[in-house]
Amino acid sequence: MTLVGQGAAPGLGAGPAGPSTPQPPSGGLRKLGSARWRRRNLTFDKISFFGVFLVVPLVLYIAFVVSPFVQAAYFSLTSWSGFSPEIPFVGLKNYVKLFGDDTFMKAVGNSVILALVLPTVTLGLAMFFATLVTVGGSSRGNVRGLAGSSAYRIVSFFPYVIPAIVIGLIWSQIYDPNSGILNGVLTRVGLDQFTSFPWLGEVSTARLAVMFVIVWGLVGFYMVLFIAAIKGIPAELFEAARVDGAGRFRTTVSITIPLVRDNIQTAYVYMGILALDAFVYMAALEPGGGPENTTLVMSQQLFTTAFTKGQFGYACAMGVVLAVITLAYAGLVFAVNRLTGGQNEVAE
Amino acid sequence: MTSTQARPTTREVGPTELAPVVRRRRQRASAGDTAVTVGSHAVLVVWSLLVVVPLLWVIMSSFKTSTEIFASPFALPHRLRFDNYANAWTTAGIGSFFFNSIIVVFGALIITMLFGAMSAYVLARFQFPGNRVIYYLMLAGLTFPIFLAIVPLFFVLRSVGLLNTLPGLIITYAAFAFPFTVFFLYSFFRSLSKSIAEAAALDGAGEWRTFFSIMLPMARPGLATVAILNFVGLWNQFLLPVALNTNTDNYVLTQGMASFASQAGYSVDFGALFAAVVITVVPVLVVYLIFQRQLQGSVSQGTNK
Repeated sequence: MTLVGQGAAPGLGAGPAGPSTPQPPSGGLRKLGSARWRRRNLTFDKISFFGVFLVVPLVLYIAFVVSPFVQAAYFSLTSWSGFSPEIPFVGLKNYVKLFGDDTFMKAVGNSVILALVLPTVTLGLAMFFATLVTVGGSSRGNVRGLAGSSAYRIVSFFPYVIPAIVIGLIWSQIYDPNSGILNGVLTRVGLDQFTSFPWLGEVSTARLAVMFVIVWGLVGFYMVLFIAAIKGIPAELFEAARVDGAGRFRTTVSITIPLVRDNIQTAYVYMGILALDAFVYMAALEPGGGPENTTLVMSQQLFTTAFTKGQFGYACAMGVVLAVITLAYAGLVFAVNRLTGGQNEVAE
Repeated sequence: MTSTQARPTTREVGPTELAPVVRRRRQRASAGDTAVTVGSHAVLVVWSLLVVVPLLWVIMSSFKTSTEIFASPFALPHRLRFDNYANAWTTAGIGSFFFNSIIVVFGALIITMLFGAMSAYVLARFQFPGNRVIYYLMLAGLTFPIFLAIVPLFFVLRSVGLLNTLPGLIITYAAFAFPFTVFFLYSFFRSLSKSIAEAAALDGAGEWRTFFSIMLPMARPGLATVAILNFVGLWNQFLLPVALNTNTDNYVLTQGMASFASQAGYSVDFGALFAAVVITVVPVLVVYLIFQRQLQGSVSQGTNK
């Protein structure tokens, strides 16, 4: 390998530590590097390096991720049943049919409700717990957390490592009308109206019951996230606020939340995407869509349409609707964050 | 700011505000403080119980017979019996699902970590035409829901003969974990000093050698973080196997659990179902308790970027 314009002896003995002092990568350096790279000859080393490092993974990625996304957009314009060799093009007919499809529209409504309620409740609770843990201690002296806070953190986070399907299965047993512990506890404390009460089978409770399970599974995860974010805030800010006479509530509203805003935004997007999916939880808790389809979600309907009914073109149209709603949701979160006074409101 | 007159928020006015840090330990907590502290503990204890009690109940129920389970949700099992575990492990096939999961998840993890690290390194270190385009392709793969891709993916796998096979599942898992891996490691490689790679080049190391003997070892903390997050994500993956792997022999743990539960609805072997849940959860719990600090660190690092 030849090094153009460098008089360095090819002594490898010194290793990488040699003359280099760690330097922060600056724009100038980067440009220099790229310019030098272009001038160099394309050696075998370089070609094989790029081939294996970039081309192979990229080909796999495009074949298994990018191309299915693109194909889905096309299939959504066909009435393909999957196994016939010809793929009849039908234009926007699938979409017209979708908007007249009461079951699917119901599913869209349900998914939207989940996407609006779940992030707010989960993140609200997570933020509340995170605040208690980090700054809930004495209001005097150093700002500090609650004693034993790491125990709460460890316990709350635990559901995150249980597969979602197992969480669903555990709760479907807990909600069981006859042998479940929930009705067991309620009847034990004298609420006899809950004897054999079908939490997942009653229109009035099914959705709440399912939402609770999802919240249960994810609060700890976001709590840990927020704790890390809050700990990143310089303690002087809290102390200054305290000296200025801010109480706990005021401190949380005026200092903590504005400073972890970006984290909240990210969490909202993640949580919203999860709520718009919700497939795993429903597969475990309400595989049939729940009483009067109160818990039927888009993803479930898509899965049945494709893999049970074999209407692949139609299912792809549902996928496109799901994707559009997901992107719109993310856009909405960013817009709301921007409109309500976005980044760096509390500049240091 | 701190030098202005202190206006204490608490009812008690003492010398605290003059030297809060030094004196705080000697102060009695005010009544308001105590109330808040007690309240906070109460709230968090209630939540912790909500997390722990269901899990303990599952463990207890896993030792009961179906008759005992139906008799009362509270009663302790008559004796410690492991029949349910044996049934779940062999009859229900949880054992083989478990091994399938291990093969698929670790296979995918190795592929995605290797390819992800390589691509991220190339994208972060070299400027070349198309660099941005690739970056946005990754972003798209992260943003769009898998549900959009699931139908075409089914036919892609069928056309290459990998539908309903473990290798097919491994490749798909790896491909869907790839964009996140690249994104995370991209910023990590960016933060590594460029001069080190340049020094290696000066010393005559080729691109391959620079990557494997210098850059990759330096990226170890970042790699560990991504590996942990990918592991949890892939281990919990449910949609991909359910749609793309319908051969019962190749079931992974998550879909095996789902199918076992729906069967249990008819044959009503709830004891074995509880045992299966325990088998699934306990190993993860043990690993979690050992690595919880790293895991939680990874999570906040990986998502707060």
